[in-house]
Amino acid sequence: MKTTQFHAIHLAAGAKMVSFAGFEMPIQYPKGILHEHNVVRTGVGVFDVSHMGEFIISGPNALALIQRITINDASKLTPGKAQYSAMCYPEGGIVDDLLVYHRGDDYMLVVNGACKDKDWAWVQQHAAELGDVTVVDESDDYNLLAVQGPKSLDTVQKIADQPLADVAFYSFVTGTVAGVPTIISRTGYTGELGFELYFKGGADVAATIAEALFAAGSDAGIEWIGLGARDTLRLEKGYCLYGNDIDDTTNPIEAGLGWITKLAKGPFNASDVIAGVKEAGATRKLVGFVMRSEKLIPRNGYPIVLNGEIIGKVTSGNTSPGLGTGIGMGYVRADLAAPGSHIEIAARNTTFPAEVVKLPFL
Amino acid sequence: MNIPADLKYTNEHEWIRVEDGVGIIGVTDHAQGELGDVVYVDIPDASATVSKGDTFGSIEAVKTVADLYAPVSGQIIEVNDVNGSPEVVNSDPYGSGWLVKIRLSDPAELDGLLTVDQYKALVGA
Repeated sequence: MKTTQFHAIHLAAGAKMVSFAGFEMPIQYPKGILHEHNVVRTGVGVFDVSHMGEFIISGPNALALIQRITINDASKLTPGKAQYSAMCYPEGGIVDDLLVYHRGDDYMLVVNGACKDKDWAWVQQHAAELGDVTVVDESDDYNLLAVQGPKSLDTVQKIADQPLADVAFYSFVTGTVAGVPTIISRTGYTGELGFELYFKGGADVAATIAEALFAAGSDAGIEWIGLGARDTLRLEKGYCLYGNDIDDTTNPIEAGLGWITKLAKGPFNASDVIAGVKEAGATRKLVGFVMRSEKLIPRNGYPIVLNGEIIGKVTSGNTSPGLGTGIGMGYVRADLAAPGSHIEIAARNTTFPAEVVKLPFL
Repeated sequence: MNIPADLKYTNEHEWIRVEDGVGIIGVTDHAQGELGDVVYVDIPDASATVSKGDTFGSIEAVKTVADLYAPVSGQIIEVNDVNGSPEVVNSDPYGSGWLVKIRLSDPAELDGLLTVDQYKALVGA
């Protein structure tokens, strides 16, 4: 089992550690997931997400490679900009969702930790076919902290050498944080104001940054946040989780990722299949739903039913601390996907009422 | 971890305290810690007649859901309405976070439950 450079710090903070993406990662700290959720919504919290993968793409065909393997239009990126995108198999299923950073001289792809090995094989294979492009896996070199919450800007600004107030959403600057060279990216997975900090180095560097962050954020009540709250935070915003809401059996259109699918950029992996789905219309759609019973928290895998007929399946579910009720996402038959549609979630040998709603939940 | 000496325990991490033929039942401190924040306790039939080992309800927590198993046979005679503040199951699992009372139909079943030492061994305490 791998550990991140923050491992000892998590243990000292009393984290409950779980196996995730080949790493031992903190799922929660002693005060619990609901508390951590509220810390990020109202103050500032820090997630160690160093398990994620970073691939550096350079050379004359760097952009051509990214255009071939991803569905968004990376030619729109300028240096200092990032983009949410996805990679698809030729059949239209999703390899992974990812961020594409334009760093000027090269591009950085940031992929899910659980998908890193297959993603790397996929990138290497396409790089070899295309030629004139260099790909390097720097996942083991990069640490990644997500500093999220309304007080994240004030906190990070205190220890950063770059002005951050004007860094727009999905933009980044390169500078130092606590004296450590860092990519400071105005991105995140919580729906709050937030920054993701990419920096290299061992446990000593990690400790330097962590100490500086916690000193800078002490007035704001900064705390470590685990993977458990990461899930409730992203679910309230309707963000897809690879492996739950999207995977190799789902295409971007039915997953609601049409907004990052840019057919006009020219052919790319699965562009013909995706064009066909768009033309014919998806037969099922990923929707958000709110429980109309307080008795059930929806969970991944529960059937979605209507009048005794299975019409889909829950892909993500949890309690929403913000709404005070169970919320979830799942695929349903396209004719039942409109907001306001009544659905039922099957569990415990019975069904519980729910209603399709527009995403995000809040 | 809090494991009171005067209770009986089950392999499913429940506790029972018997007074005048009525068992007061809840989940252990270990169980609430593993579940994390409890958000709802669902006991569909508040007067069910149950056999030892039957599922009589479920606990919804942020991380997961767990079934509740009857540690003894009998009839449910009272359900603690914790859903106004379900966090008491986390903060006071042996006190105000109790879940149900069951009138025992076969008190001899208590002999088959875990002693405090056996339960400590189960959870490695």
